[in-house]
Amino acid sequence: MDFNVNSPMLFLLAGIVVAAVLAQSVYFLVKAWRRGLAIGMGKGKLKRVAVTAGVFTIAPAVAIVISVITLAKDLGVPLPWLRLSVVGSLSYETIAASNAESAMGLTFGQVTGLNATEYVTIACVMTMSIMVGIWLVPLIGKKLQNGMISMENRDKKWGDIFSASMFIGMISAFLGYVFCDFSTVFHGDMSGLIPVLVMIVSALIMCLAGLLVKKTQWRWVSDYALPISLVVGMASAIPITAWLS
Amino acid sequence: MKKQLSYMDSVHRDGRIWNLSVMVLLILFPVSVAVIYHVMPDWRGFLMGLLATAPMYWAVGVIETITYVPMLGAGGSYLSFVTGNISNLKLPVALNALEQADVKISTEEGEVISTIAIAVSSIVTTLIIILGVILITPLTPVLNAPVLAPAFAQILPALFGGLGVVFISKNWKISVAPVILMLILFIFVPALNSGTVGIMVPVGVLFTLGVSRILYKKNLL
Repeated sequence: MDFNVNSPMLFLLAGIVVAAVLAQSVYFLVKAWRRGLAIGMGKGKLKRVAVTAGVFTIAPAVAIVISVITLAKDLGVPLPWLRLSVVGSLSYETIAASNAESAMGLTFGQVTGLNATEYVTIACVMTMSIMVGIWLVPLIGKKLQNGMISMENRDKKWGDIFSASMFIGMISAFLGYVFCDFSTVFHGDMSGLIPVLVMIVSALIMCLAGLLVKKTQWRWVSDYALPISLVVGMASAIPITAWLS
Repeated sequence: MKKQLSYMDSVHRDGRIWNLSVMVLLILFPVSVAVIYHVMPDWRGFLMGLLATAPMYWAVGVIETITYVPMLGAGGSYLSFVTGNISNLKLPVALNALEQADVKISTEEGEVISTIAIAVSSIVTTLIIILGVILITPLTPVLNAPVLAPAFAQILPALFGGLGVVFISKNWKISVAPVILMLILFIFVPALNSGTVGIMVPVGVLFTLGVSRILYKKNLL
């Protein structure tokens, strides 16, 4: 069989794995939904969570499609489709593919026709290098969860603070990341301000949404505040970038 | 008599089966391509590529597992570590859902809410990617349009601006020190950038836990 990075056979193989992942998501959704109803959480509450999560996901998911398009130039469509549907992210896949290609004397972004050997090698590197969480969670996930629960049982207040601290620690790292190019401002290059201003726009939208909920009691505003702040923040990046670049 | 599993135990059992099955399927992809096209990997290229990529991502994978599992809940963890995009999508989705429902992740309600949010997010993501793959030819010029590029380049600032307001305003006492530390580090240490933010998450988490513990012991929280 002649090899082609976009051959129907590769689509079929990638499609099987993607279908399994989709089935896993549906399985856990149904299981959690049933449990939620069984412990009296109310269909309305669960539905609201599901709809908000779905709406919130649209913009980041479109960004993932762009990543598929970016990687497809070198690797064809099936492999990036698989990699970005299972575990992957653009930064990781780019680094892994680029390292594998350069190990074989190829240059990432300039590859036109991979042969089957090169393709299998790249797919192996991309697959093996990221495969830790997928087996480590089954190995230690339960212990970590039980540790959290027993800590909560020992000291409920500290348990709450512990959870909040983990979230804040994660968020603070990403807020720091927003400022990672800020030092360019000291050298007269204002482009480092772009992410900072986008973050401020998004934060302001969130504050406005909070005020609106307080004044009007419109519950739906609170449900969609995060997706709205995300999309408005992203949209604001267009004029801000044009202004500061 | 067969022992009745609790809901949490059944989540762990099912999660283990699903994750290990998907892992096998993932490995089977390159193996199947090799068998179908009668080729072997370029072993030298594979080893060199693996050596250049795996050590850092394996270390990050271990740290991410320990850091994110307590935040995602059981069902959410099994799903997130299969579908990926944790810090930029699954965790924010779960945090927002927990906040909306006003429940803690360590409760069964929190477990249910987090799992539903992450499962829906995973399904929507997978379906949108499938749609993108089917429509890749007409979509490419639209999504690659230069006018849209800045918007997609700034997803993380747009995401964490909104999320930051919610969590920092509710926990400002424990937020001040880690936010200041991270701002100083990211502004003045040139090595810290989008590639290293994943490594800084556990640093931020450990630092915040330390600060919170001191404040808690001094009855300041």
